[in-house]
Amino acid sequence: MIKLTVNGKTHQLDVPADMPLLWVIRDRLGLTGTKFGCGAAQCGACTVHLDGEAIRSCVVPASLADGRQVVTIEGLDADLAVPLQQAWTEFDVPQCGYCQSGQIMSAAVLLKHNTKPTDKDIDEAMTGNVCRCGTYQRIRSAIHLAAELKRSGAMKLTLPS
Amino acid sequence: MSTPQLLDRRQFIRTAALATGGLVIAFNVPARLVKKLQAAGETVFTPNAYLRIGSDDTVTVILSHCEMGQGIWTSLSMLIAEELDASWQTIQAEHAPAAAAFYHTIYATQRTGGSTSLLSEYDRYRKAGATARQLLVQAAASRYHVAVKDCRTADGHVIIGDKKIRYGELVEDAAALPLPADVPLKDPAEWKFIGKKVKRLDTPVKINGKAIFGMDVQFPGLLTALIARAPFPGAKVKEYDAAASMAVPGVRQVVPIPGGVAVLGDDFWAAKKGRDALRVEWDFGEAAGINSDALLAELKERAVKGGLPATSSGNPDEALSRAAHVVEAEYYQPFLAHAPMEPLNCTVKLSADKCEIWTGTQTHTNDQQAAAEITGLPIDKVFINTVFLGGSFGRRNITRSDFVREAVEVAKASGKLIKTVWTREDDIQGGMYRPAFLHRFKVGLDENGTPVAWKQISVGQSVMTGGPFEKVAVINGVDMFSIEGMQTAPHVKSIPDQRIELNTPVWPVSVDNWRAVGLSHTIFAMESLSDELAHAAGKDPVAYRRMLYKDEPRLVNVLNLAAEKSGWGSPLPPGYGRGVAVFEGVGSFSAVVAEVAVSKGMPPRVTKVTCAIDCGLAINPDGVAAQMESNLAFGLSAALYSEITFKDSKVQQRNFYDYKTLRINEMPEISTFIVPSNEKPGGVGEATVGHMMPALTNAIFAATGKRIRHLPVMNQDLS
Repeated sequence: MIKLTVNGKTHQLDVPADMPLLWVIRDRLGLTGTKFGCGAAQCGACTVHLDGEAIRSCVVPASLADGRQVVTIEGLDADLAVPLQQAWTEFDVPQCGYCQSGQIMSAAVLLKHNTKPTDKDIDEAMTGNVCRCGTYQRIRSAIHLAAELKRSGAMKLTLPS
Repeated sequence: MSTPQLLDRRQFIRTAALATGGLVIAFNVPARLVKKLQAAGETVFTPNAYLRIGSDDTVTVILSHCEMGQGIWTSLSMLIAEELDASWQTIQAEHAPAAAAFYHTIYATQRTGGSTSLLSEYDRYRKAGATARQLLVQAAASRYHVAVKDCRTADGHVIIGDKKIRYGELVEDAAALPLPADVPLKDPAEWKFIGKKVKRLDTPVKINGKAIFGMDVQFPGLLTALIARAPFPGAKVKEYDAAASMAVPGVRQVVPIPGGVAVLGDDFWAAKKGRDALRVEWDFGEAAGINSDALLAELKERAVKGGLPATSSGNPDEALSRAAHVVEAEYYQPFLAHAPMEPLNCTVKLSADKCEIWTGTQTHTNDQQAAAEITGLPIDKVFINTVFLGGSFGRRNITRSDFVREAVEVAKASGKLIKTVWTREDDIQGGMYRPAFLHRFKVGLDENGTPVAWKQISVGQSVMTGGPFEKVAVINGVDMFSIEGMQTAPHVKSIPDQRIELNTPVWPVSVDNWRAVGLSHTIFAMESLSDELAHAAGKDPVAYRRMLYKDEPRLVNVLNLAAEKSGWGSPLPPGYGRGVAVFEGVGSFSAVVAEVAVSKGMPPRVTKVTCAIDCGLAINPDGVAAQMESNLAFGLSAALYSEITFKDSKVQQRNFYDYKTLRINEMPEISTFIVPSNEKPGGVGEATVGHMMPALTNAIFAATGKRIRHLPVMNQDLS
């Protein structure tokens, strides 16, 4: 049995110790916003926050998350989710959209630590997230805008409908 | 907007039942659906609709094509919103079920592909919107006893004098009216949506985790199936041992299917561990011992032997002997995997009287046929629920519906409600590749550099043979997609002395549609060659192409635009170079200029890309720009890094660590310029994938003097 707190809700789960966190989140808890892309920490589609840091949930065994806090795209705090989602909307970033949960979760950790990321900072934080549609240019623009929104507190504190 | 509908048909009924009234516009009527809707209390006159309007004003656009990132969720909706004079806030979209009413207007089958969705629907969807508008106006005119000409529409309302009536208030009356015989369409000068920047309708659900892809389909009791399959279609399971698999906790069943063995588990992880534990012995058949080195050697041998003529006129050998310059070149491009972000998957619920499928597919009718063939059910008992596609690039447009077919086989063999899931390794090693191609040229130029003799042999597997388009695409043994755009290029078709041959090997490697299909390799060959011809003629690459393509003004126009916007000819720092490519494809004319920096011991870095496109009418210009970014990133990724190779019947690449793809730090700054036009809409989803490859290598030549004729660039020595 492991104890997992996901998006603020605590679960007692009977799962194999080697079962990756990704599949606990998707197949046991039914939260499908976190995506399976590679199973090898190569593409970042499965990015979630474990105790506040971005991790690739497809390779982190559930046992390692025992007793810890997990945040998925569905539970991202409004102070990060709002500027990111508004900026993503402004630039109409997604195409197929499959990688975007992971992109946003990686960008959220960048913005948490860095109020004014440079292009180089963005490269470093986001290189682990693959997008086959090639939305990278818009992701970059959106991260700059999200940082600006967050700094200025200018955004309306509502999520885009 | 609402969450995309997972269960289209059921959702349809539920929505209908909740609404107090509604208007459904359509042209074909399946009686079954009419009965259901009427039973649900809905006001209906002809369902199977391209749109319906609820009494709450919601306009639902039903998409005959699938959304895989290319943006039709929005652009098809724009066509209806435009003619309906709808309020954009009331528009929502959903995928159509599989049915004849949604057949592609050109392909006559339900299919998304060839960058043709807007071309297919430009008239049909506008007419659907205009018809609805006319009925709403008539309903308003009758209710208020005024003439139709005294009514106008705007922003989801019929306006009579100072009265504004919501569409939702009129739907019940409108639904009782007979369909008008013909409806006029707007003059383009009146357009409010078409040609304007409109926000994507699918952005909200794609940034909060709510969008439903095939991978996300869930049902109580659903088992996940992973399949042990060979990468070669002719391979067979010799024997297998399931004992260790069945010992894995959570594994429920192991069943053989044609071409593989499926392991069914309570969840992905159980099925994955079960499959890891499975012992399978394969008979590779003709694919035994297959090896990339040998395949490349065979392509070269075949290029020497010659092939079937695609064009033959005059006497090219004699013309070559008289030419002022003769240029010979050979270009090779490898097998490529699609690697969409969402690995393939397919959910199947099979019962005695119907087969229900949930997946992201581009080929509804073929999938229905495949499922009907396997289950013995009539085709109209196969129901396809289309969900968002997490990318495709052609992988979900496979001639034999491979991933749907095997999922139906698993459901049939196991008797369970199942979802197949492919791992990334299954995807990279799963075949259906872009075929490897070799194009060899011998071209004679006159003193001005104009081609006067053209000899060409192209060698590579056929994508269209054995597929639904074989009859139209393969002519006298020549798959026109193997040489797509080559013999019809403006500088080739005008040469009196020419011979283009095609040699088509039949190999056990499966090949299929890959984004841009033939153009994914023919543009690299043609536009690398044009650069070499310019060099031989001692001319600037842009100036030379102006001369070469002079008979196609739309091509020259985009060339000039890209050259101007990229600062072609302006000085660059040492180690930098610019390369150009210009070509017509999927009904659009495009030019790309790449700027590259090459430094010793480092992979080439593309710093800037300028793209000019004449795609006819650009329905959603920002969508066109997004697609150019996508095309160019996709082409750049392939040109720099991608290659599938075989050794001793094994695919050597496995995952993103050895099938490398472009990342954000390698993404160039891309600027797109769209030529204003009211010509019919051309394609954009595949328009410039091919251009990026020669633009890159031509830029490397400009920077270093090194001509790259084999892709990927990663494998070439640039020192």
